[in-house]
Amino acid sequence: MVVASSRRSRITLRVIALGYLALLLAIPVAMVFYRTFEHGFGSAWEAVTTPPAQHAFYLTCLMVVIAVPLNTLFGVGLALALVRGRWRGKTLVSAIVDLPFAISPVVVGLALILVYGNSGWIGSWFADNGVRIIFSTPGMVLATIFVSLPFVVREVVPVLREIGTDQEEAAHVLGAGPLQTFWRITLPAIRWGVAYGVILTTARSLGEFGAVAVVSGKIEGQTETMTLFVEQRYQAFDLAGAYAAAVVLALLALAVIAGMTLLDRRKET
Amino acid sequence: MAIDVRNVTKRFGDFTALDDVSLSVPDGSLTALLGPSGGGKSTLLRVIAGLETPDGGDVLFSKEPVTRLPPQQREVGFVFQHYAAFKHMTVRDNIAFGLKIRKRAKDEVRERVDELLALVHLQGFAERYPSQLSGGQRQRMALARALAVQPRVLLLDEPFGALDATVRKELRDWLRRLHDEVHVTTIFVTHDQEEALEVAEQVAVINGGRIEQTGSPDDLYERPANAFVMGFVGPVSRFGERWVRPHDIEVVEDEDDGAIQALIERVARVGFEVRIEAVLGDGSPVPILVTRDLADQMELRAGQIVWLRVHGAREFAA
Amino acid sequence: MSVRADAAALPARPVRGGLARAAGPAVGGALATAYISLIVLIPLAAVVVESTAGGLSAFWSAITGAQAFGAMRFTVVVSLAVVAVNILTGTLIAWVLVRDRFPGKRAINALIDLPFALPTIVAGLVLLALYGPKGPAPFDIGFTRIAVALALLFVTLPFVVRSVQPVLMELDREMEEAAASLGAKPATVFRRVVLPNLVPAIAAGAGLAFARALGEFGSVVLISGNIPFKTEVASVFLFGQIESDNTAGAASVSVVLLVLSFVLLLFVSWISTRGVRRGGG
Repeated sequence: MVVASSRRSRITLRVIALGYLALLLAIPVAMVFYRTFEHGFGSAWEAVTTPPAQHAFYLTCLMVVIAVPLNTLFGVGLALALVRGRWRGKTLVSAIVDLPFAISPVVVGLALILVYGNSGWIGSWFADNGVRIIFSTPGMVLATIFVSLPFVVREVVPVLREIGTDQEEAAHVLGAGPLQTFWRITLPAIRWGVAYGVILTTARSLGEFGAVAVVSGKIEGQTETMTLFVEQRYQAFDLAGAYAAAVVLALLALAVIAGMTLLDRRKET
Repeated sequence: MAIDVRNVTKRFGDFTALDDVSLSVPDGSLTALLGPSGGGKSTLLRVIAGLETPDGGDVLFSKEPVTRLPPQQREVGFVFQHYAAFKHMTVRDNIAFGLKIRKRAKDEVRERVDELLALVHLQGFAERYPSQLSGGQRQRMALARALAVQPRVLLLDEPFGALDATVRKELRDWLRRLHDEVHVTTIFVTHDQEEALEVAEQVAVINGGRIEQTGSPDDLYERPANAFVMGFVGPVSRFGERWVRPHDIEVVEDEDDGAIQALIERVARVGFEVRIEAVLGDGSPVPILVTRDLADQMELRAGQIVWLRVHGAREFAA
Repeated sequence: MSVRADAAALPARPVRGGLARAAGPAVGGALATAYISLIVLIPLAAVVVESTAGGLSAFWSAITGAQAFGAMRFTVVVSLAVVAVNILTGTLIAWVLVRDRFPGKRAINALIDLPFALPTIVAGLVLLALYGPKGPAPFDIGFTRIAVALALLFVTLPFVVRSVQPVLMELDREMEEAAASLGAKPATVFRRVVLPNLVPAIAAGAGLAFARALGEFGSVVLISGNIPFKTEVASVFLFGQIESDNTAGAASVSVVLLVLSFVLLLFVSWISTRGVRRGGG
């Protein structure tokens, strides 16, 4: 501890850091909780169980239930292909996978409309056959998949790299086929990476706003996820409703963080 | 500058690293702190440097107490086992660091760094980065860096521990010669008794947070204070309560007054020496060291019964 | 943070034994490529194509139009300012979290990820609740540029912190001890020994934060009032354009943002590998 500064400067730094976090994060979040339950748990509950609210909750869950498994499957598959395989275009695909991190959600929405909208490249074919993608649930699912695409891949790739091929090679020598090896050796070895990725994907899917806003048409009671619902309630001057829905989302976010922390501890042991 | 350590105690939680340790280091001397890993020698060195603060006791530089003084103000040079090189700076900037933060003039700094580069034989490497140097070169750079600000005492923490055997030997000799030239009070920590005995003028054996013995290499080897020191500083053979050096055991053909019977299990010819593993009647092992001539003369081989006469044994209460 | 360079640099060991095993990853790669194409590549290509739908002159006038340009300029400026603040506060917070010890540190460390986990619209609402017109704070930042900055600070908080933390934890403490033994005071040690080794991590975090800030939408949309030429950010402007069916104009501005993001991603990737190379050995 010899180069830790004097006690006074250490405390000063600590106070500044914690103060910044309090003013930016903690107090605002606490404020919303306070406002929500200010008038009692009952009124908050009411605000968040109206039919549009319930539908929004249902839609959000639907997004998650579809996007997360798909992206997990894709994520694990791509991670394996990137780390264990030899094929051209690995660098490019790797780069593309990182793109959703850096693209504005509104641009995502625009991109999806251009392709899957009623007059879009692919969407027009669907429209001719009576299926609407944009301004309907499928479009919203696509948007959610887009923005939460990278997480599982990014979490699993380093884990795969670290465990190396030794265990898998041992399994092959002992006679295991590729599927057996994957199921019995590879998958258990990467499970914490996958779990972490799944949690992050879930959080992202829950919380997506911009892309879904563009793609959904924001039709109240029909194509509103919980995040869109929050905005809509606010614009309708229904602060109580907005706060209540926000609190639900915040609680889910805190659950996500708790999950991440738990997994961190498991990863360490 | 003479250093006095008086009754220093240092604890880390439940673990007592140093227990009432006292040591005197004469001005200009080259002292080794010798002992097994975890014994406290590095802790003692760091207390002297000011990188640790003792829980009890004092450290004095030239009779002045420095116990509470931070390392910045003690004017010590410290060399770490793993070099602690500033990896984002060139060799030149590494060595110049102490001078630069003392705001010395650019020319002065340049001159001094060149001087030191010559001293440690790294002249061509000034603009390289530590990652481009070998371990031995990095350690020489670290030494030059420590010497740049003309410290009153030079402290080295297992300086050659991370290097391979040949480089270690080279740097060992080189340190000795450097000390002859520069004459700054030097203390180095090592677990290698050969290194300590060969290089140092004074050796302090530290074990379990206590100093077992302090003295010249000869003192320690010829007149060890206890069984631990004797066993640590050189090879020992044990006959019950009697401890003796393997080369002090005489091998004779016949049972003679007081000679002890032993069975040779293995004979290994290692260079000039012949190392014999023998066992006594009670099964206890006895290493013996003889010359090739003797071994040839007596045709010593495994399975042979021989008689041993012990010279200059020491008795320690277990 | 970026796996791109690492994954590509890995020398792939050929999967042993059997056509199935050798073909497996290749098939997986093909499937993955198809998945990405449908979801990411083709839509992005559509944006690029749409942006030039009216020819280069239409593209140019779309991005130099007063409102478009104003939105973009404001976005870049406020994002740069926010990144500058993050470089300071992010490094500071990382330092405190790694080197300091106090009760509740673990909880606070976990909380840093809140902006990652919290939906952006909730982030905006949360700041509005405290600092907005109906909030208890003695000032009201609603509909101001400060509000935009505040929202961006919220959502970009974790980037620099999380980038710097692991590097700080891995840092060789003996380097700092060596500097101290050579006479350097704690502030000097930080400035000359610690900070230079943190620069790649800080830069990577800053790059990611910048990319995020440029495209931010949800947290800004409520709190800023979206006043054109004053508090309208690029993404909000885009939203308006899409709603007015001006997809070509929206696509043009989008292309500019996409190029910026891509450049930033490359920068982050470059600087991450560069930092590793220098410090290694």
